[in-house]
Amino acid sequence: MKYMIMMNTPAGTGPSDYQINNWSPESFKAHMDFMHRLNKNLRDAGEWVQAEGLSAPSEGKLVRAGTDGAPITDGPFAESKEFLAGFWIVDVESAERAYQFAAEVSAAPGPNGAPLNMPVEVRQVMSLPTPEL
Amino acid sequence: MTQQTLETRIAHLLRDYTPQVLGAVTRRHGDFAAAEDAVQEALIAASTQWPVAGIPDNPRGWLYQVALRKLTDYLRSEVARRAREEVVASDAARDPFVAPPDSEIGIEQDDTLLLLFMCCHPSLSGASAVALTLRAVGGLTTAEIANAFLVPEATMAQRISRAKQTIRNSKVPFEMPTHAERTERLGSVLHVLYLIFNEGYASSAGDSLYRVDLSEEAIRLTREVHRLVPDHAEATGLLALLLLTDARRVARTGDSGELIPLDEQNRELWNTSMIEEGVALITAAMNQSSVGPYQLQAAIAAVHDEAARAEQTDWRQILSLYTVLDRLSDNPMVKLNRAIAVGMVEGPGSALSLLDELSRDSRLKEHYRMDSVRGHFYEMSGDRDRALTYYRIAAERTTSIPERNYLTAKAARVAFEGLEKTKRL
Repeated sequence: MKYMIMMNTPAGTGPSDYQINNWSPESFKAHMDFMHRLNKNLRDAGEWVQAEGLSAPSEGKLVRAGTDGAPITDGPFAESKEFLAGFWIVDVESAERAYQFAAEVSAAPGPNGAPLNMPVEVRQVMSLPTPEL
Repeated sequence: MTQQTLETRIAHLLRDYTPQVLGAVTRRHGDFAAAEDAVQEALIAASTQWPVAGIPDNPRGWLYQVALRKLTDYLRSEVARRAREEVVASDAARDPFVAPPDSEIGIEQDDTLLLLFMCCHPSLSGASAVALTLRAVGGLTTAEIANAFLVPEATMAQRISRAKQTIRNSKVPFEMPTHAERTERLGSVLHVLYLIFNEGYASSAGDSLYRVDLSEEAIRLTREVHRLVPDHAEATGLLALLLLTDARRVARTGDSGELIPLDEQNRELWNTSMIEEGVALITAAMNQSSVGPYQLQAAIAAVHDEAARAEQTDWRQILSLYTVLDRLSDNPMVKLNRAIAVGMVEGPGSALSLLDELSRDSRLKEHYRMDSVRGHFYEMSGDRDRALTYYRIAAERTTSIPERNYLTAKAARVAFEGLEKTKRL
């Protein structure tokens, strides 16, 4: 079963969207090492399908089609308290395993190593039908 | 021979020879995990070299020889790595390249079965056993398997290597299990083949252009098991079930991939030769010995397949088969299917009250199929409002796109017909 694990980070204060840009080098490194380890574990377990980090929302655009079908871009997005920072797609044996992984992501270390407890959204990727046996 | 037919022929040869060569190499070296890697490398070498250089005179010997070389290389580097000392290894595999005759390879008839017992070991998770079986017994490359499951090749490689590690740690010997163990282990083998088939059957509705046909592969391997244990009624039952189900595959999806339920399928599209074979197999199996779940499911599939039109389906017989199946297993889907049969025999009222009872089962309570079946029987009973509600809930709950589309369309139809009726009044 494939799941999309969406990591939402709280918006930063000041010029940067990403809080992490204001952390101490030690805290930053601890966080990155943690994520690196998480990804490695996922790969070693044979559960990794894809993972991407997203650029800051201030770089993003909202797009709608105009009457001629051409893109009309808008943005950056309205400010929000939290935004999607990145996602994983994992292929796991059960929903519980996906939740467990999401909880690990949620507890990624923040400033001074304290767990961030970020909200992580878990959604099942739609599959093809099962047989009607 | 065109390039394409050459490549198809090569693929078939490789799949047939893989378990034979792997069995022989494992027997010679004892290390299943290392032997399996070596055979995989030989397979990859063959699939790149043969299309260009042609199929060698003795393809099996060629594969065996290349696998042995790879294994020797591996063992050498392994020893070198571990001990950092001079190794005196057999130079046999360094001799000028001559594929040995079959008599020297030591092909054993039972190797395929042995390998299946190994790969479908109960200590492995379903997904791991499936991947390992497809590679070690099915002769597929890691890339092909990864492609079939839509995961990166590295992920599939890791899954396979972990599965082999589990086998290595559990110290399963490469030998025929005792008679008592055999029955139990055959159960695991059949289950894994069933999973492979399901995966293929499900994916056949999607974009399967570049995907190995897993259903065909499952049928091929199940045939092999049936050949090895022809008296095993459940193995026969499984083969019959797969054939009788696969026979309906083409009729099951429309032009744009939409799902067509059994009662709306164009039965002329069903594969009659597969049905005939499946019916013959299941008839023989059920006369032979005690019945099991695969035989019963096959018998149910046979009843469906033998009805020329949906209205001619013998639901009474299906109901009695589901009743036996329900007694044999504690499977919520069987209970649900039995409720459908009850409804088809006794009418929607009986089905709906049975469904109320079943909804106390936590496994079924929030299952979309429960809602979809309720929708169906409410529609049958003329209660459009409830039918609409349940179809919509079911559409929300399913995790399959074609199923969601089917249920949404059904809900829309019920809503639209209701509207038309009101207009006429």
